[in-house]
Amino acid sequence: MHSIPGRRVIMALFLVFLLLPIYWLVNMSFKTNAEIVSTMTLWPHAPTLQHYKRIFTDESWYSGYINSLEYVVLNTIISISVALPAAYAFSRYRFLGDKHLFFWLLSNRMAPAAVYALPFFNLYSAIGLFDTPWAVALAHCIFNVPLAVWILEGFVSGVPREIDETAFLDGYSFPRFFIKILVPLIASGIGVAAFFCFMFSWVELLLARTLTSVQTKPIAAIMTRTVSAAGMDWGLLAAAGVLTIIPGALVIWFVRNYIASGFALGRV
Amino acid sequence: MDKTVNQKAWFLVAPVFLVVAFSAVLPLMTVVNYSMQDTFGNNQFFWNGVGWFKELLDPSTDLGGRFLASLGRNLFFSLVILAIEVPLGIVVALSMPRQGWTVAACLVILALPLLIPWNVVGTIWQIFGRPDIGLLGYVLNAIGIDYNYVSNDIDAWVTVIVMDVWHWTSLVALLCYAGLKSIPEAYYQAAQIDGASRWAVFNAIQLPKMNRVLLIAVLLRFMDSFMIYTEPFVVTGGGPGNSTTFVSIELVKIALGQFDLGKAAALSLVYNLIILIVCWIFYTVMTNAGAERKVQAESEPAVDFKASAGLKPVPALKPKEGVA
Repeated sequence: MHSIPGRRVIMALFLVFLLLPIYWLVNMSFKTNAEIVSTMTLWPHAPTLQHYKRIFTDESWYSGYINSLEYVVLNTIISISVALPAAYAFSRYRFLGDKHLFFWLLSNRMAPAAVYALPFFNLYSAIGLFDTPWAVALAHCIFNVPLAVWILEGFVSGVPREIDETAFLDGYSFPRFFIKILVPLIASGIGVAAFFCFMFSWVELLLARTLTSVQTKPIAAIMTRTVSAAGMDWGLLAAAGVLTIIPGALVIWFVRNYIASGFALGRV
Repeated sequence: MDKTVNQKAWFLVAPVFLVVAFSAVLPLMTVVNYSMQDTFGNNQFFWNGVGWFKELLDPSTDLGGRFLASLGRNLFFSLVILAIEVPLGIVVALSMPRQGWTVAACLVILALPLLIPWNVVGTIWQIFGRPDIGLLGYVLNAIGIDYNYVSNDIDAWVTVIVMDVWHWTSLVALLCYAGLKSIPEAYYQAAQIDGASRWAVFNAIQLPKMNRVLLIAVLLRFMDSFMIYTEPFVVTGGGPGNSTTFVSIELVKIALGQFDLGKAAALSLVYNLIILIVCWIFYTVMTNAGAERKVQAESEPAVDFKASAGLKPVPALKPKEGVA
């Protein structure tokens, strides 16, 4: 690939621009509140782990991370397992209403979460799922399932049809072909789709906050508690923020080689 | 490659249909139901027909004024961030290192802002921009610029826009990078032999190859910025005054703040309709581009083969590694 002149400088500047606010958050999480409020220091002069210690020892704090991860993982599993057969169907067959169905799915990916907040609240209260991880996991399906279908359809289309035909000639039944042959072939695509489901479920707050109250509050909602009568607990807020970045960073590290094609939704 | 007609495929699609219908159709029916009614509390509802819709589209009423103002702000916001993020994303994609460990490092750092929960993105910028404890606010004030996003409209706008650029330019850059990577090296060699200038290479080779991904980027960014809620809500709370109140913020205020179900539902439907129309344009343009690509591919099959092979580079590289 041919690049432009001065590319190293541009890239370096952009990366600094991306990292500077994150650095500031990390920096603050290691400072005492007294240091944050009183002086402007570029690095913590009296580094402290007190904020992290508090999060890891206080159950009302660390349970938030567990709650969030719980519905994110549930949602990823549901999304991928229902999207896989559908992606195969969209990629290989024409059937009544296929194009309309695909468009309808896609339009749900674009629907603003704010529109659904209140009706979801009513719906999940009525069926007794309110304040469980299932409610959030199912609610997040509205944008993750269409996305998973879309990405996986691209990857399934990359598998030559001859492979299906050969497998069926060899006497494979459909479920066996699906699990033994197709799934391993598009494993990287499944990884990319799972990454996207994880990402969009992890970063969403509005629905997650609306559908939970006490038992399963996500970490994002708990973070708003740092405002108290004594003012903002900035250090604690920063530490909680840093800890929400870590799962995402870990996930990126594992899929870094697939990021580029994944972001093009398998369609470049 | 023609697809075979097979109605049994519906069995494969049924799970998706059920899951999405459960989360989309049922709530949407509730919204339609509310939008036609008025309530004075106590769960007593009255038929209101299209009253709310009339009010919503009439700028002289309170509801209509608020809706149209937030819609205008939101459109302006979307246009500004597109005008910044798309060119910047292209430049960043062109600046990606060619090989080595730096590629992976750059990709990971680029993707990092995308995986930060949206309210934390808001928190990061809230802290970063504060004149008393934030680096940005402190430095700007120290060099003599009076910057305070809590009390000044323009500062609040600039903060929200810079935050969105910080948050989402990477998406555009990564999409463009994926597009650039699919260009076969032979194209560049041909250009070099012809003595093409840097600009000619960009204009004639790279830009056309990025068309499709740029389309995805522009439309994804438009949709997502059009329904932005969490980040500006955390940073500015929609203020100062109403200056950064976007449509979603207005909607949540009406629905969950005032519990004005009828008005909120009517707003939701109109909002959804706008998104649906844009989405339809997106889908049509995408499928047309796909059809065009197919025609193009048939006329030059070798190129298309290479482009699609770029998706799964591992098997192509393996024999080479074995030799080495």
